Amino acid sequence: MAMTTAEVVDRLEHETGNALTTVPAGERDRAIEVPLSSFNGMIRSLCAEDEAVISSLHACDDRDSGGSLALYCVLTSRKWNGALILTAPTGGQYPSLTPFIYSANWYEREIQDMFGIRAEGHPDPRPLVLYDTWPEGTYPLRKDFPADTKVPLASSPYPFKVVEGDGVFEVPVGPVHAGVIEPGHFRFSIAGEPILNLEIRLGYLHRGVEKMLEAASPSKALLMCERISGDNGVAHSLAYLQALESDTEVPEAIEYGRCALAELERIHNHLGDIAGLALDTAFSVPAAELYSVKEKMLRLNQRLTGHRLLWGVMKVGGMRDVFTPEAVDEVQRTLMEVGNETDALVQRMLNTPSYMDRAETTGRVGLKVAKDLRLVGPVSRASGVDADIRRDLPYAGYGKLSFRVPVRTEGDVLARMHVKAEEIKESISLIIESIDKMSGSRAPVDVTIPSKGVRVGIVESPRGEVLHALHFRDGRVIRHKVRDASFCNWLGIEQAVLGDIVPDFPLINKSFNLSYSGNDL
Amino acid sequence: MLDIIKRRVRDRRIETEPLAILRQQGCTRAPMADSRCDLCGDCVKACPASAITIEDDWIIDTGRCLFCGDCVPACPKASISLSAELPAVSQRSSLVLRRNSTLPELKIQLRDEVRQVLGRSLAIREVDAGSCNGCEVEVNSLSNPIYDLERFGIKIVASPRHADMLLVTGPVTRNMLPALLKTYQATPEPRLVAAMGTCAISGGPFGGTYAAGSGVAEVLPVDIFIPGCPPHPRTVVLALLEALGRLQVT
Repeated sequence: MAMTTAEVVDRLEHETGNALTTVPAGERDRAIEVPLSSFNGMIRSLCAEDEAVISSLHACDDRDSGGSLALYCVLTSRKWNGALILTAPTGGQYPSLTPFIYSANWYEREIQDMFGIRAEGHPDPRPLVLYDTWPEGTYPLRKDFPADTKVPLASSPYPFKVVEGDGVFEVPVGPVHAGVIEPGHFRFSIAGEPILNLEIRLGYLHRGVEKMLEAASPSKALLMCERISGDNGVAHSLAYLQALESDTEVPEAIEYGRCALAELERIHNHLGDIAGLALDTAFSVPAAELYSVKEKMLRLNQRLTGHRLLWGVMKVGGMRDVFTPEAVDEVQRTLMEVGNETDALVQRMLNTPSYMDRAETTGRVGLKVAKDLRLVGPVSRASGVDADIRRDLPYAGYGKLSFRVPVRTEGDVLARMHVKAEEIKESISLIIESIDKMSGSRAPVDVTIPSKGVRVGIVESPRGEVLHALHFRDGRVIRHKVRDASFCNWLGIEQAVLGDIVPDFPLINKSFNLSYSGNDL
Repeated sequence: MLDIIKRRVRDRRIETEPLAILRQQGCTRAPMADSRCDLCGDCVKACPASAITIEDDWIIDTGRCLFCGDCVPACPKASISLSAELPAVSQRSSLVLRRNSTLPELKIQLRDEVRQVLGRSLAIREVDAGSCNGCEVEVNSLSNPIYDLERFGIKIVASPRHADMLLVTGPVTRNMLPALLKTYQATPEPRLVAAMGTCAISGGPFGGTYAAGSGVAEVLPVDIFIPGCPPHPRTVVLALLEALGRLQVT
């Protein structure tokens, strides 16, 4: 039986012997203020004792309301029924968590870039996003930094890691790649063919998403959320709505409709991923056929909603009524076809020794690495992590829907493909079940915007856990933290490729299929 | 082998969409107000993209539109519908439409010397300069068997050195600008630039920030603007064929 977050707070109060000040955080979650001196210690003990993990570590500039540059750590645990948020004020620096909890790594670098709050003792304090041309002292998410600031060009070359030794070569790749994918820089150090080290530098797509979201009205923010990482637009808008609507009761039919929409998105994402695996192993026929199946899904989306990527359906307090009786017949028919065709194509790949030779044991990530890096989504489930937000912290209608969470333990390209293929089947039955359960009013409701505190929305996107945290003051959003699943998983690729050969990199990368734009914001 | 033959006989063949069907189904559709519009301005308030303005007339900048459809229910006279078929154009200003506009003809004028050198085929290098990856989903769709861009002799190539055209998406972020300019320099002349999608045309919802510009035309000469968010693959196919002067033939 899961502990409520209120019980966790009680226990913490008992342990510390002090009453903890709470910040409003909605019904399920709890947020508590702690002094900076016990911030790290409390996070470490919760991670150790309750198997809690860091779902987000971010900052908020509260200085204009008499606060400080404050840190917020969102913890989740399979032992709890909600999220626990710890917040501590800083004076511009704090002791780094990364030496103890490695998954804090990129969060702390991001906070340093965006707020200029330094993590003392961070093992890799290089900038994450604001490198090369950005002058020192540019902190875009501080309140005294206008969104349209013209930042002068500076020159601060980025110090890449150097691997030295006899016969060691560097292979720099990107940001513009040979295929049609997003930009990122990959620097391989190789000896012969095997990869000794991979360093990934992202940030090319940094657009100032979080800054722009702070100024947007809810309906505009929703459209922007769809465009954070376009192929996961439904998941991002749903995460935003979970946070925004946390004080509002949304009709049941809408909750189920949103699940159906999110699962439609999962199917076309996973189909594209599996097709990409066939393509990157030069197995063109199933690749072409799988892309056709994906096109079938995109066309279903278009007929159903008017948009191939399902944007514009989700509304604040509701959704457009797209699951009409006539549409439902077509959805069911198309899903049956898609399910059967996908099954056959996946089987064909699994029965082909030349494909299996490429996929099996390639790009391995072990359970320990997956847990230490705090990987999420299908990537983590392929490495034996049994976690899925839809089941562990149910949102929208998922609490009343039945589905399996496929888990594999091999941690290789093949396992990731298996997990995704299985998830497509689950998604098909989830869509049919949720449409079935859509009864009662489908009319949108007025949303009560929380007046203060913090609200968190966590959903399982096709790539894994996506988190949106909204900080409110006087009924307005003053900070909108976005954390895409990819932000957690990129470091997994650096580990997965070690010992594999460079030509396997595209395949491994495809098996992760991470978002660059969702990461860079 | 027998299995493969059996399956080929049993399975339905994948149907590549003929050009005639692509043309018939047409391009992305943008909101358009008809003569019932009395310039009340409710749609201006409803538009999250600030694409609609009212001066002496109802004016929509379809290069800013996010195609969300929020203006349609906002109109008290029900005068707005998603009805303006929106092909690619070679002038940014052609994307600004007035009330009751008739559908603009496909109009892409390339310099004659470009057409002469490039002939009937085209090699494209895609550059993501800040896109949300929605446009990339659709560029990848161009290569699927349904749209099968290569049947027209139009190819997506791995290097700008092999390319005739850069197909650029995104508002052009500060961190991508140097790479975009280098890619342009590496593309042999005569070269074309197409700006694909709302962000590449006008900056989109995240344009004009400290970290991103307001579209490709700020930094490169753009020959073709392909509207949509993201543009439908059909819009892109028709745009490219039109640019090569190949739609008049059929």
